[in-house]
Amino acid sequence: MTFAFIRCAICRQNGGRFQGPPQTHVSRTEGTMFDNNLRGMIDDVKDGRMDRRAFVKRMIAVGLTAPMANQILAIGGVAMAQSPNPYKPTKRGGGGPLKLLWWQGPTLLNPHFATGTKDQDGSRIFYEPLASWDVDGHLNPILAAEIPSIQNGGLSADAKQVIWKLKPGVKWHDGKPVTADDLVFNWEYASDPATAAVSIETYSGLTVEKIDDLTIRITFKKPTPFWANAFVGAYGCVIPKHLFADYKGGKSREAPNNLKPVGTGPYKFVEFKPGDLIRGEINPDYHMANRPSFDTIEMKGGGDAVSAARAVIQTGEYDFAWNIQVEDEVLQRLEKGGKGKALFAVGGDIEFIAINFTDPNTEVDGERSSIKTKHPILSDPKVRQALALLVDRDSVKKAIYGRAGRTTANYLNGPEEFVSKNTKWEFSVEKASALLEQAGWKLGSDGIREKDGKKLKLLYQTSINGPRQKTQAIVKQACQKAGIDVELKSVVASVFFSSDVANPDTYAHFYADIEMFQIPMTQPDPALHMRRYHSRNIATKENKWQGPNFPRWANKEFDAAVDAADTETDPIKRADLYIKGNDLMWQDNVMIPVMHRLAVEASSNTLRPALSGWANQTDNLQDWYRET
Amino acid sequence: MAGLTLASPSAERRGYSPWRETWRRYRRHRPAVISAVLLLLLIAAVVIGPFIWRVSISDIDVVAGLQGPSLAHPFGTDDLGQDLLARMIYGGRISLAVGLAAMLVSVFVGTLIGALAGMSRGALGYALMWLTDLFLSLPQLPLLLMLIYLFRDGLKALFGPEGGIFILIVLVIGGLRWMPVARLVRAQFLSLREKEFVEAARALGASPVRQVVRHILPNALGPVIIAGTIDVAAAIIAESTLSFLGLGFPPDTPTWGRILYDAKDFLDIGPHWALFPGGAIFIAVVAINFIGDGLRDALDARKVI
Amino acid sequence: MSQYILRRLMIAIPSLLGISLVLFVVLALAPGDPFSELATNPNVPPEVQAALRAKFGLDDPIYLRYLHWIAAMAHGDWGFSFVSRVDVDTLILQRLPTTLYVVGSSQLLALLIAIPVGVYAATRPYSLFDQLANTFAFIGFSLPTFFTGILFILVFSVKLDWLPFVYTSVPGSGIPWLLEMVRQAIMPVMVLGLFQAASMTRFVRSAMLDVIRLDYVTTARAKGLGQAKVIVKHVMRNAMIPVVTLIALQMPAVFGGAIVTEQIFRIPGIGSLLISSILANDTPVVMAVTFVFACLVVLFNLIADVLYGWLDPRISFR
Repeated sequence: MTFAFIRCAICRQNGGRFQGPPQTHVSRTEGTMFDNNLRGMIDDVKDGRMDRRAFVKRMIAVGLTAPMANQILAIGGVAMAQSPNPYKPTKRGGGGPLKLLWWQGPTLLNPHFATGTKDQDGSRIFYEPLASWDVDGHLNPILAAEIPSIQNGGLSADAKQVIWKLKPGVKWHDGKPVTADDLVFNWEYASDPATAAVSIETYSGLTVEKIDDLTIRITFKKPTPFWANAFVGAYGCVIPKHLFADYKGGKSREAPNNLKPVGTGPYKFVEFKPGDLIRGEINPDYHMANRPSFDTIEMKGGGDAVSAARAVIQTGEYDFAWNIQVEDEVLQRLEKGGKGKALFAVGGDIEFIAINFTDPNTEVDGERSSIKTKHPILSDPKVRQALALLVDRDSVKKAIYGRAGRTTANYLNGPEEFVSKNTKWEFSVEKASALLEQAGWKLGSDGIREKDGKKLKLLYQTSINGPRQKTQAIVKQACQKAGIDVELKSVVASVFFSSDVANPDTYAHFYADIEMFQIPMTQPDPALHMRRYHSRNIATKENKWQGPNFPRWANKEFDAAVDAADTETDPIKRADLYIKGNDLMWQDNVMIPVMHRLAVEASSNTLRPALSGWANQTDNLQDWYRET
Repeated sequence: MAGLTLASPSAERRGYSPWRETWRRYRRHRPAVISAVLLLLLIAAVVIGPFIWRVSISDIDVVAGLQGPSLAHPFGTDDLGQDLLARMIYGGRISLAVGLAAMLVSVFVGTLIGALAGMSRGALGYALMWLTDLFLSLPQLPLLLMLIYLFRDGLKALFGPEGGIFILIVLVIGGLRWMPVARLVRAQFLSLREKEFVEAARALGASPVRQVVRHILPNALGPVIIAGTIDVAAAIIAESTLSFLGLGFPPDTPTWGRILYDAKDFLDIGPHWALFPGGAIFIAVVAINFIGDGLRDALDARKVI
Repeated sequence: MSQYILRRLMIAIPSLLGISLVLFVVLALAPGDPFSELATNPNVPPEVQAALRAKFGLDDPIYLRYLHWIAAMAHGDWGFSFVSRVDVDTLILQRLPTTLYVVGSSQLLALLIAIPVGVYAATRPYSLFDQLANTFAFIGFSLPTFFTGILFILVFSVKLDWLPFVYTSVPGSGIPWLLEMVRQAIMPVMVLGLFQAASMTRFVRSAMLDVIRLDYVTTARAKGLGQAKVIVKHVMRNAMIPVVTLIALQMPAVFGGAIVTEQIFRIPGIGSLLISSILANDTPVVMAVTFVFACLVVLFNLIADVLYGWLDPRISFR
């Protein structure tokens, strides 16, 4: 055994897969005027003077996405429409086998334990939530009879209560009926810390009670404008009480059904080998008409992204491959063979270079990058600005991401109504050099700038991942031209993203000057995404580096905006607060965005997968079919 | 018997020292001589190369990516448009140095431990075999991650970034590859130490060290040389994986193994990219192999050329 | 001899305990986290990640963790995987047959190529056959398996469309299923087998050359024995010592799997389980696999020693 293997195993991307909104491309209009119009329009829809589709179109025209428009309508008191995915088959089954290739195979099938999206995707074949985000970005009822709204009494105007109604007659794969007790149990199960559920956060800060056999009420502790989180999407999947009740809390691991899922999904469980293979067969009693179309399903795990793309696009051995993080040039080449193609879904995933505002080389009370220090070089706004000018986003896009990336100046890139139009970016070595001159950094004899006898030298770290190392090379070269000496460092993903308190190489310790990685948007809402950088969340030794504000940036205005947005129920004001937050981050150059990344999938030419930028790949699996 | 009759005459031939005799025998081995020249040329190319071919190894030009060989880029370019000839020359210095040095470390450590274990009839033999078994069982990736975690900063401070990393890489690769050599040498020793010519030497009062160095070792060299040449190839590849763990040279440093690895996904788009590093490693391996063969024939007292 | 084997087996117990301790310390000191995938998920606050660490005992002192492990092991409890929350022995047993099949076949292929080619090449040193064999061997070990694997895929799957390159272990029976099982194993077995065969051929050739020149071989020939008989009866037996050593070195891998090849062809073997567990810092799985591997290393070392005694009766173990 040589260690030649190490690299191919590591170039696998660290977990996160992302969901985000389908984007629109229209500019935003002035807030206040829009605000008044909006209230009028909502009333129009309510009273039937305006078609809801027309409303959604108007919203999109002013820069809102369909899901947000629908949520606005919902809070404004209009029921959400159900827009089924286009689905052609007229009978259940008969579609033959569906072969999926996940190059990181699911390792467990309990949705509440799902560490990565691969596990969520695997569980979702058998388990279902009340609703999921569909192709158009609507909430699509799955187990729910209807989507809560103010009109149907599902939502309260103060955004503190949601009432969900279950579809009657839905059965678990073992024939037992699905009831409200199952939903209450899922909340108890996940929110119990002893269960060690990963979904604990989704189910904390709220209570769930049973109203009748098919109805539950969720009560939030404080107003929650984004109410569609618990029981929706990946962590919303419902497991059966009758099989898991004895395994709540400390015994959660011992449940035999952790490995043999009994859910409500379109496919019934046949076989599971962790990290390798999931097999399922059609659920003949599935609760949606004519669905599913395929007779069997197979999800094969392992390998690498490039060969997964080959198996779908080039040889057609498989129908669909997940998360194809491959240079676009390679993908385009493969597509010429013609058995399949790459599909792209726009989300809010952002690849960025974060700046350290504290000094990584000075130790204070046993802690480097301590909040008590200031970065000797990067605390100067001019140097940060110069760095932002040195990230050649066009070259990165051309050489690496291609169709799978969009250049951006913003940290927050979706949903569209949260995207700032006030920012811009450019690449200019000259301007960067001029700024550095102004800041007092003069060119030394070796081509490296210096000030007060100190060299302008930066340590640039990231996780080990092919595209990231190439981006490092491109950025480093531009920096060298401007007289900045950049030392590159790459850390194995499992170390870089670990919460290991003792290890100095994690992104949270940030013992480097700048670092690069990606933060996904897992919901069509920026609250969690922006709250990270509140100054109370700064990563320190005291909070064991669990504070998510790793750049250690503190800005009172930003704090105020994010705090206000948390409870603001007016969607327009709320969006403006987040845009303000984004613009503050841009002004201060806290994060230099490298690329707004799109999700990339490979699909055979005949397969019609129902994908959504809002959801995981298998979230609408019941609607997949093959064109004949 | 063979060793007994042949160990002596070469020493007694007039005007010939054993080393000159070895050299004479080596020169007779045509492929070995050609290979030695080839290897020297290869080393010269990577040492002098940068002074003749003055293109930067890191200049990025994404428009000129993945071009085949041309006048401007005799070896073509990679996907970022970096000049492959310059990168091959630069990488050759590291790859050849690491490959040869790590091979020497693993062969030296392996031979030493194997010889000691093979000669010892007591606790030392068991202890050394236990050590070999332990190293064979160690999973290398966690071990490397642990080494980085424990020693990287210290070594960097101690030896400076470049020298420290080189020493670390050579020690790590050599230190993780000596076990097969040790086992092979021990097995040979177990058999050879009972042979008549060694017994004869023992009877004549030769010290254990002399028995080993003059009589047993030369006869156990065959597998050692083969293992050594295989180690060169393995070390060149292994180096590229280390740099990917953050243990080796920084990620933007090109080496042959690294270039080959980066090229693998582009094999059907830009085959030239993989051809050059693959070819270079092959040439180096072949050359070292034939040199090894020549050396063994030259050192093998039994063979009369 | 049986007394010798008994003694060696007795020594094996403390030495394996020692190895297990070192392995455990290395794994515990190696940095990383089984939950790193959670880190960038905004839905999961870092406290959840930290709580999981604490729950699985990752923050306990190393000696405590080792004592827990060794105590559980004594009861035959291998622990459970942090990543899949499945018992470790279940995970290993699920993957063992595939590894034995694929890696075993490739080792067999390597031996079937290396021994005849090496022996024949050594009987005619520097002949055309020898030169060709050497050249192929050099190519064989200069090119890493991550490279040859992709080359094979491009040629046999993409260009010629003869063989599948995704290995699936779907249960089944009957001739067509059996054929499919064989067909999908061809490429991985070739890639791994040829890589092993390359170095093995060189060792066999060299070992044969060492012996073939000895006087007793010449004597045997002079007695008028046929070439084939001389080679098989007199030369090979003595030349087998390095070969047996190498095979003993390789045998544990039949259990341990072949990480690169398994990764490329998506073979659900122990090697791919090991690498993903290592990358996820899934200590119980890594510990179990490496410990079984260590036992095999020790066992095959002993077997090799016994075989040395049989191949060369003068070797004495006391």
